[in-house]
Amino acid sequence: MSDTHAPAHRPQDLDDAIAGGVGESPLRPDGTLKVRGDFAYSSDLWAENMLWGATLRSPHPSARIRSVDIGPALRSPGVHAVLTAEDVPGRNLYGLKDIDQPVLAEDVVRYRGEAVALVAADHPETARRALDLIEVDYEVLEPVVDAELAAHDDSLPKVHPGGNTVRYQPIVKGDPEVTADVVVSGTYTVGMQDQAFLGPESGLAIPAEDGGVDLYLATQDLHTDRKQTAAALDLDPELVRMTMSGVGGAFGGREDLSMQVHVCMLALRTGRPVKIVYDREESFFGHVHRHPAKMYYEHGATRDGDLVFVRAQLYFDGGAYASKTPVVVGNGTTLGVGPYDVANVSIQGWGMYTNNPPCGAMRGLGAVQPAFAYESQMDRLAEALDMDPVELRIRNAISRGDTTPTGQVLDYPAPVAELLRRVRELPLPEAPAAGAEPDIRDLPGGASNTTHGEGVVRGVGYGVCIKNICYAEGADDFSTARVRLQNVAGEPLAMVHTAAAEVGQGLVTVQQQIARSELEVERVNIHPNDTSVGPAGSSSASRQTYVTGGAVQAACRAVRERLLAITAERFGEPAAELSLSGGKIVSRESGVLADIAEVLGSEAIEETREYHHRETFPLDERGRSERAQVQHAFSAHRAVVDVDTELGLIKVVQLDCSQDVGKAVNPESVVGQIQGGSAQGLGLAVMEEIQVGEGKIRNPSFTDYLIPTILDMPPMNVDVIERGDPNAPYGVRGVGEPPTISSTPAIVAAIRAATGRDLTHVPVGPEHIIG
Amino acid sequence: MDSEITLWVDGRRETLSVDTRTTLLDALRERLGVTSPKKGCDHGQCGACTVLLDGRRATSCLTFAVANDESEVVTAEGLAEGDEPHPVQRALLENDGFQCGYCTPGQVCSAVGMLDEVKSGWPSYVTEDLDESVELDEDEIRERMSGNLCRCGAYANIVTAIREAAE
Ligand code: FES
Ligand code: FES
Repeated sequence: MSDTHAPAHRPQDLDDAIAGGVGESPLRPDGTLKVRGDFAYSSDLWAENMLWGATLRSPHPSARIRSVDIGPALRSPGVHAVLTAEDVPGRNLYGLKDIDQPVLAEDVVRYRGEAVALVAADHPETARRALDLIEVDYEVLEPVVDAELAAHDDSLPKVHPGGNTVRYQPIVKGDPEVTADVVVSGTYTVGMQDQAFLGPESGLAIPAEDGGVDLYLATQDLHTDRKQTAAALDLDPELVRMTMSGVGGAFGGREDLSMQVHVCMLALRTGRPVKIVYDREESFFGHVHRHPAKMYYEHGATRDGDLVFVRAQLYFDGGAYASKTPVVVGNGTTLGVGPYDVANVSIQGWGMYTNNPPCGAMRGLGAVQPAFAYESQMDRLAEALDMDPVELRIRNAISRGDTTPTGQVLDYPAPVAELLRRVRELPLPEAPAAGAEPDIRDLPGGASNTTHGEGVVRGVGYGVCIKNICYAEGADDFSTARVRLQNVAGEPLAMVHTAAAEVGQGLVTVQQQIARSELEVERVNIHPNDTSVGPAGSSSASRQTYVTGGAVQAACRAVRERLLAITAERFGEPAAELSLSGGKIVSRESGVLADIAEVLGSEAIEETREYHHRETFPLDERGRSERAQVQHAFSAHRAVVDVDTELGLIKVVQLDCSQDVGKAVNPESVVGQIQGGSAQGLGLAVMEEIQVGEGKIRNPSFTDYLIPTILDMPPMNVDVIERGDPNAPYGVRGVGEPPTISSTPAIVAAIRAATGRDLTHVPVGPEHIIG
Repeated sequence: MDSEITLWVDGRRETLSVDTRTTLLDALRERLGVTSPKKGCDHGQCGACTVLLDGRRATSCLTFAVANDESEVVTAEGLAEGDEPHPVQRALLENDGFQCGYCTPGQVCSAVGMLDEVKSGWPSYVTEDLDESVELDEDEIRERMSGNLCRCGAYANIVTAIREAAE
């Protein structure tokens, strides 16, 4: 080739790929607003002429409603509407799986906190006082409060006409009756945990001229909210337009409806904008919690430490309404042996209705409870075998090509043993020097000065877990993305539009990164989330980077294809020879052809794509399925704790984690997810429990329901590995949930190692250590 | 009963008449439209409503507006100098010291107030040597920031950010 034909620039001369793409950690696009206090959360919204809504809730866990008198409330000054079940325009029922929960209670209430009536008034205080004027005549009934009893005692009252079982699922693999050399058994319980997102439920509904309503809210899933809300309002879904406002955390607690239908009903009735904001106490009643569970386990192994069987019965208390209970039972049973290769399995799971507060989604859905039990069992087994607990786990770790209890072959990396080895190798904290006066800041009790080291013992413990990623058991799981590429002032600008909820996990950053990498443009804007684009599904099940990431990737590739086709035509080069690099279109033959902006001119290219992950299939009556779940994720934790054995105080000194994330699309966010998830697992291990007595929550405040503070959360060594899943976009593996799951058993194992106590309940309290 | 009060909010003079039972937080958010202080609990438990009240950090849900007549209130929104965020804000941004961000305006005000306390030599419960100037190590930061909850668990990065901002 002669010099005269040489292109001005060869592709390799170009500046390398656009900065801030996949694999980097660019700043969050919403970060500046967030740190400056300018980011508008749903509770910050305001509209001219706005009214305030409030909700009357049942004081009884189980009662018949004889009558409701709204007269006095309606007549009080400043009150614009008082609504009851009669005023629900459409279907007075909703639910994520089973449609069983009334928007407003009709003839019965099934839990303490159930919504009975609504008020709209010109001031929040006026609304609250009007609630006191509503007279409800209740016939109080005996509540059903024990899920295990509910599963087996037919003489108990039926919480719902169809009986008290939401889902029963057995899983049988191999020979369920087989025997083993060494058998350990135990009964474990997990308390009710709250998501405790810091920004309570809130929404602003504005009635529209067309008879519809615009709702600005914080949620995890706009379209599912819309579907349920439109049915209750008896409106065409097109007339129920939802726009995402700032979300102050979610963690599963925003999957079910809370104020959505209520606030729209009030707005449509009064013809004025209405805002509802829960306070912290109401938030405890206004959303579902993590299912408390009681779990009976039996593990059998050979003398050498090979697992022979796992048998278990799991009881999940779903409370008054089904919410995600069916999924909790599915996840709990299918993942009930943990990340281990076990030939013989018999697990039965029950998800029950009771008159306790409804339980549903929380980070680690259904996998958190059994993980505490099976990891406790692994430690017991190690003790019975006189084996190192990490070695026992490594010996039995599941790996690629192994078969799960449901019969699914893992056709992607499952580096469980590697994670355990790695977490064990992370540096340990220095042991307190013998004889030296310890720094009280580092001791259990801290600045309260409860010990100077006397009675304090240290322990180390491990935990490892498995979590399915994305929706499972045959659900069509997909997301939608619309990507528009245009020339703005001579620069190419990509606009990404999805309905996928940014709840703090960094999804907006990830979407930008994907668009930058796929389209080789620097400027990527994220369109506000709303229902004018197709569904994205929920920001749950650690699925958004996978599915919405996949949809953004697909839409970008479709845009790129069109752009290259246009270029090919204009420059007479085959499209297959063209690529994008650094904002330019490059031909393999002749180098840079043009700027992307130049080719776009005044035309915009827009494409919308759905991404569906590989099909999954339901479980049969023995719990078999060729592919029940599309992907599994794994993490391993090591905890170091100091325990004051005289007072029962615990300090987690260090908490380390190794996790496989497939591909770290944004390494900094990945670490943030691992730290945040671990903090919530620490909360469940040593402090967080909603106390429920006779169906009533006893501690609905941050004074009595404690979540980890900056003092409780120890330093972490976080070790991220990337063993890509060939089936997933970029090889990603869901990140958010696993660290919430394996941290809890690791911490409890460390407390056991320190104290020698059995510890069969989480959270572990002082009473379990000194009693 | 209503009372007329004057507040200096983020440099603006605001005169308003408030019910005497109105908290400073509600006066800011609902009456003046200043929404950067957040309500996470309304009971002094979470720190999301932290503002600088006459230069010192305070949970604005625990004080009545009328008790603060003629006070100067600085919220996270008022800390930036024009387009330039306050160094604490910048450090939180650059160190990914938040996720959902709901606690962040409170963390910002708390950190700014705390750094000032340190500069003035105020000891904390865990300060070892009361005669020396305070050494702002990790333990000190954690102790002094323990009134600000972050449910997203961004604590590690918050500590890093504050250390960086303190330099
Ligand atoms: S809102 Fe004031 S401390 Fe929580
Ligand atoms: S960033 Fe979400 S509460 Fe702190």
